[in-house]
Amino acid sequence: MRLLGKQEVEDIAIGAALLGTGGGGDPYIGKLMALQAIEEHGPIKLLDPEEVPDDAVIVPSAMMGAPTVMVEKIPSGEEAVTAFQSLKDNLSTEIYATMPIEAGGVNSLLPFALAARQGLPVVDADGMGRAFPELQMVTFYLDGMSATPMVLSDEKGNGMVLNTIDSVWAERLARGATIEMGGSVMLAIYPMKGQEMKQSSIRNTLTLEENIGRSIREAKEKNYNPVHSVLDITNGYELFQGKVKDINRKTETGFARGTAKIDGIHEYNGRELTLSFQNEHLIATSGDDVLCVTPDLIAVLDAETGMPITTEGLRYGARCIVIGMPCDAKWRTDKGIATAGPGYFGYDVEYTPVEELNQKEGK
Amino acid sequence: MGNYRIGIDVGGTHTDAVVLDQHFNVISETKEPTTEDVSSGIYNAVKTIIASSDVPKEDIRYAMLGTTHCTNAIVERKRLNNVAVIRIGAPATLGIKPLVGVPDDLRDILGQHVHIVHGGHEFDGRQIADLDTEKLYEIAHELKGNVDSVAITSVFSPVSPEHEQVAQRILQEVLGDEVALSLSSEIGSVGLLERENATILNAAVVNVARSTANGFINALKEEGVDAKVFFGQNDGTLMSVEYTVKYPILTIACGPTNSIRGASYLTNQSDALVVDVGGTTTDIGVLVSSFPRQSSLAVEIGGVRTNFRMPDITSIGIGGGTIVRQSEDGTVTLGPDSVGYRLQEEAYVFGGNTLTTTDVIVAKGLASVGDPNLVADLDPDLINQAYQTLVQQVEEAIDRMKTSADPIPVILVGGGSILLPDQLEGASVVHRPNHFGVANAIGSAIAQVSGQIERVFTLDELGREETLELAKKMAKDEAIQAGASPEDLEIVDFEDVPLAYLPGNATKIRAKAAGTLAE
Repeated sequence: MRLLGKQEVEDIAIGAALLGTGGGGDPYIGKLMALQAIEEHGPIKLLDPEEVPDDAVIVPSAMMGAPTVMVEKIPSGEEAVTAFQSLKDNLSTEIYATMPIEAGGVNSLLPFALAARQGLPVVDADGMGRAFPELQMVTFYLDGMSATPMVLSDEKGNGMVLNTIDSVWAERLARGATIEMGGSVMLAIYPMKGQEMKQSSIRNTLTLEENIGRSIREAKEKNYNPVHSVLDITNGYELFQGKVKDINRKTETGFARGTAKIDGIHEYNGRELTLSFQNEHLIATSGDDVLCVTPDLIAVLDAETGMPITTEGLRYGARCIVIGMPCDAKWRTDKGIATAGPGYFGYDVEYTPVEELNQKEGK
Repeated sequence: MGNYRIGIDVGGTHTDAVVLDQHFNVISETKEPTTEDVSSGIYNAVKTIIASSDVPKEDIRYAMLGTTHCTNAIVERKRLNNVAVIRIGAPATLGIKPLVGVPDDLRDILGQHVHIVHGGHEFDGRQIADLDTEKLYEIAHELKGNVDSVAITSVFSPVSPEHEQVAQRILQEVLGDEVALSLSSEIGSVGLLERENATILNAAVVNVARSTANGFINALKEEGVDAKVFFGQNDGTLMSVEYTVKYPILTIACGPTNSIRGASYLTNQSDALVVDVGGTTTDIGVLVSSFPRQSSLAVEIGGVRTNFRMPDITSIGIGGGTIVRQSEDGTVTLGPDSVGYRLQEEAYVFGGNTLTTTDVIVAKGLASVGDPNLVADLDPDLINQAYQTLVQQVEEAIDRMKTSADPIPVILVGGGSILLPDQLEGASVVHRPNHFGVANAIGSAIAQVSGQIERVFTLDELGREETLELAKKMAKDEAIQAGASPEDLEIVDFEDVPLAYLPGNATKIRAKAAGTLAE
């Protein structure tokens, strides 16, 4: 167990933006809620997964709805508490700890405010190890766990307990209720035993984010390029350095789909990288070479500051470094690739691990 | 009878002024050093320009001022109002109280009176909770005598400003007209914290704006000029004094906008890159349909995150006074420090001891400033390296600002633009207009008056066509309020963005109307 204060939260937010792989929503709201909660209630306890008893009950906390609503109607902080109380009553058991369902983006830091208010610890783990756009794209789903019973709560005090036959129904019913409740709600979802958490979650992702964020911050303070330390921390590969030449975006079925073309500079001079994205970056190719494919992680970093650039923030002329990072082994199973691999997103590309694709680079 | 106008723009190094006739011909121009208090620099420029223009004083009808007073007050944390912050939105929003995330020193100054009351709306206009008017009366009585400016922000006020308006009436009833009230729905767009921050900053600089306006009007009067005064705002249009005192935050970043607009006018170009080289920095902006391209990202003012739409400017540390250095291994570096307005004392060509970019240009024989003999003995290799670095850095910055690889016209303005050559990579053509040194003051003088709205509408209520018309009319009404003539008003900018994941066809509409000054 260790304690997280304001600096750790600031660092985790940067790491969360990087593991958001271009999407996942801005961690800003979650970060400020966590900072205020720490000011009012003191630091947050972070548990290693191994410290959690096998029979303890763990409940992840997350938001659902439109991020554009959440940036205007900011949560009260009580929604997540109400959802937890209600799920606790429903399960007739104490809840031992909470955790994020998604390490990347907006959902990464939301459980912290709940934890500080309730004096609950946060488990250093999540269900994605990155950001993905759909509810079933979590490792808990891969292991056949049920998302329900789950609770949705709004700031007005309304709560709703859902028991559904599968996660498709959970998504459908919850989506409708979310709109009625004002477009953005907090969830208590995927209740699980400590043993299940240890088996199905991706471990130590919060510490990973903290290390990423700290290395980027320290590099900025001491004025050196943070990319190498980021690659060390994430076991990643530098895929490309260049400047954005062309961006082609279209909004389809709620996703910001598109491609970005990047012209090589320095040692990549004369080459071109193509990034395909749908909210998150999904595929990086250069000529006939595929360099990195979802569910492996692709992040675009500002060449000067090392700060992650979102797909929305990509624009012509931006100097950037593209890195590829291996995803957790759970995503590399047949079911993992069927759930979040290139085929699911409609790309005719075979999944090959980023380590194999970049072997010839002599890494 | 003549009809003249004065345009003034305050820059980091110089305060520039021009007098134009009614056809916008330049009658006279001047550059005065910018002073630490800003105001005395403006008064000096007023004096000089009126004395040198030789037009009848009673024929100077208008005076337009683009100034950095409000920006400086925020950045320096000085001369700010005693502000109260009222947010309407409980029980929502309590998870992040006002000013969380704002730098501590500013939070200490602006966070003395913070209140959150029940009320606010949902994205579709339903109420989150009834507005707690009783609490508002209580707060108003508590604030009486303690504050002189109040920022009021309600959740989803860009959809429904109703609760902000009720709060305004209650506060006015108790506090009277002396206390300034800033409503977030009139200042920013969706994004509560950023809009609230902008509203708080607006409330904080009301006094600064008022004293700046009065000082400027008096300075003109002392010179015997009784002109109607306007202030430049960051979108390149003007607002009346009454409007400026109400929305002073809109004057932020009007400087770069003025030079972009001035460059557009002087070259008759509507789409181009504008490179403004001053004494310390080079600012590059993009001219799209005669207005500056706006930034799409959150903008920070004095460390505070706002959702203001600011001109999209990239700045590099290269200007006419930038110091040139050579390290022991022979590498040449430029700046980022500059001798600024002391150029005429410190540069080699003026007999000084500091090697500047201006000396480099004179040594290369590309400009005649000061005494070229004083740089004749400089190492040609150093000069060439410095020159190449300079041009290369500007070309890279130009490339960063373009939206495609196609070459586009580039307009060079600002006193330091003599540094740059007639051919630049990425430029289809390089324009160097007359009066390039005071393009910013000209941009200030020729500006139109505008009004803008940015709100979320539910298209299902009135239908799409009628809603769009309503939005345009609201923008035109704003422009007339700000001092535009109703006759030739035009919608110069219009954008409707459907909001994802929301029913009822919720759409964010931004409309801007602009027209000439009302007589």
